[in-house]
Amino acid sequence: MRLINIKPDRTWTFALAVLPFLALLVAYLMGSAMRLAENPNDKLLPGFGAMAEAVKHMALQPDPRSGIYLMWNDTLSSLSLLLTALAVSTLIALVVGILIGLLPLVGATFGPVVAVASMVPPLALLPILFIIMGLGDAAKIALIVIGTALKLVRDVALRVKDLPREQIIKAQTLGASTWQIGTRVVLPQMLPRLIDAVRLELGPAWLFLIAAEAIAADAGLGYRIFLVRRYLAMDVIIPYVIWITLLAFLMDLALRLLQQKAFPWFAGARAA
Amino acid sequence: MTAIVFDKVWKEYGDHVVLERIELSIAPRSFVALVGPSGCGKTTFLRMLLGEEKPTRGQILVGGVPLKAEPGADRGVVFQRYSVFPHLTVLQNVIIGREFEESPLLGKLFGFRRREAEAEARKLLDAVGLKGHEDKYPAALSGGMQQRLALAQALNRKPKILLLDEPFGALDPGIRADIHVLIRRIWNENDLTVVMVTHDLSEAFRLGTRVIAFERPRNRPEELERYGATLDDVSVAEALSKAGASVTRDFDVWPKKVAAALPNGAAGAGAQLDLKLAPANDSQAPG
Repeated sequence: MRLINIKPDRTWTFALAVLPFLALLVAYLMGSAMRLAENPNDKLLPGFGAMAEAVKHMALQPDPRSGIYLMWNDTLSSLSLLLTALAVSTLIALVVGILIGLLPLVGATFGPVVAVASMVPPLALLPILFIIMGLGDAAKIALIVIGTALKLVRDVALRVKDLPREQIIKAQTLGASTWQIGTRVVLPQMLPRLIDAVRLELGPAWLFLIAAEAIAADAGLGYRIFLVRRYLAMDVIIPYVIWITLLAFLMDLALRLLQQKAFPWFAGARAA
Repeated sequence: MTAIVFDKVWKEYGDHVVLERIELSIAPRSFVALVGPSGCGKTTFLRMLLGEEKPTRGQILVGGVPLKAEPGADRGVVFQRYSVFPHLTVLQNVIIGREFEESPLLGKLFGFRRREAEAEARKLLDAVGLKGHEDKYPAALSGGMQQRLALAQALNRKPKILLLDEPFGALDPGIRADIHVLIRRIWNENDLTVVMVTHDLSEAFRLGTRVIAFERPRNRPEELERYGATLDDVSVAEALSKAGASVTRDFDVWPKKVAAALPNGAAGAGAQLDLKLAPANDSQAPG
């Protein structure tokens, strides 16, 4: 049988998916055990016991000086920045993207500007944002918005143009105005597509958040890992990285489920 | 009664002449089939009638009034594909025309007016054989059922002119025959002028009251760009001796087909669309 025709069944699909995770885990444990056998005080590859101890310390016990639970405080701070910024980006993308894609006049006016601006490396703007907006939350939100919104705008605009011209013509023969076409034909069809685009922008959004927090912050997941880096506290950094990854993965999953539940027509329309 | 007149219409794209000096008048309630090889300009002709394209020269009159250069609610259309909205259910796809008409701001109807629009839409769906499929999304319908839906959607707005752009080109022969019956009944029972582009000559002669063939008399590569199809009723020899003429043919279909007289004069389409058709037998979903 040809390799291209050999498909794993459900059990095997699950087993094969778990395999690389297990391999990573085993490789880490072996490396950690070897280093710890040589030097029990080694900090680079801490054992699970040490990491569990650190997590307990960060998440389950209040900080002796400030009295807050640091890991939850960091998570809350980072997530509120990230979600605020993504909400702003999504809204901008929806409104501006549809206008650029649907109205030739707006497209001619703002299409080129958006195309050029989306090529500016957002991190290069971070110093400017810090100078103008100060070191607080506003600059960080602005960085994430600049870094994600422009790409989302372009994506939405392209997808509006990808709608079959037949649909737009048909709507006009049914008497629809520009406003009605925008709100009843284009907008509802853009929402599930925008979810796809936002899912792809989650990675960059976290990147910009952590970069901004690393430079200037007093709380946040990115701030914490760059802070404890000074003490080589891998027992804190590794659980934090896993926690950030898990949060990002759950956000992606939530968006995918939202797309399935809220737009039941979309899977069929995409396949057609 | 809406006659369509093409008054010396030319269509050029840059240097490329697609249609030359089209002079044509289409009588109200006729069923005109446009045939011709690919690239002969029949789709361009339809697009101009739709308002999607402007004639380069000349004008198109509908009911004596020059056509606006954009699609409007007086001309319904069914394309070969993508004619229905994938994000709306079958029922929503039909009532959306009414919603556009009656709710400029929200484009949505509520309460009593919505129930009224739904009742009207259900009657129409019943007539095109889509009863029982009201809550499905178009992706769950077969190709034939999607075209039935597209017809119902277009008719709900009661257009005077129905434009069909190879509407049955993608359907299986059996399903095509069923939908031919449907479209003839629709044409016969409504105040409707139908203009249909098709590749299929037998379909053109079976359905049409008049068949118009587009031909390009000059097909040498160096001539192709500069001469388009035209509609002059002249002999081949004469056409070739004259610059800019061609041999497009215009057939009256025999035996003559005449649409039935409407019971109450020229009431709108769909109003008396009371077809008793068997439910669609092409009801299996695709895939």
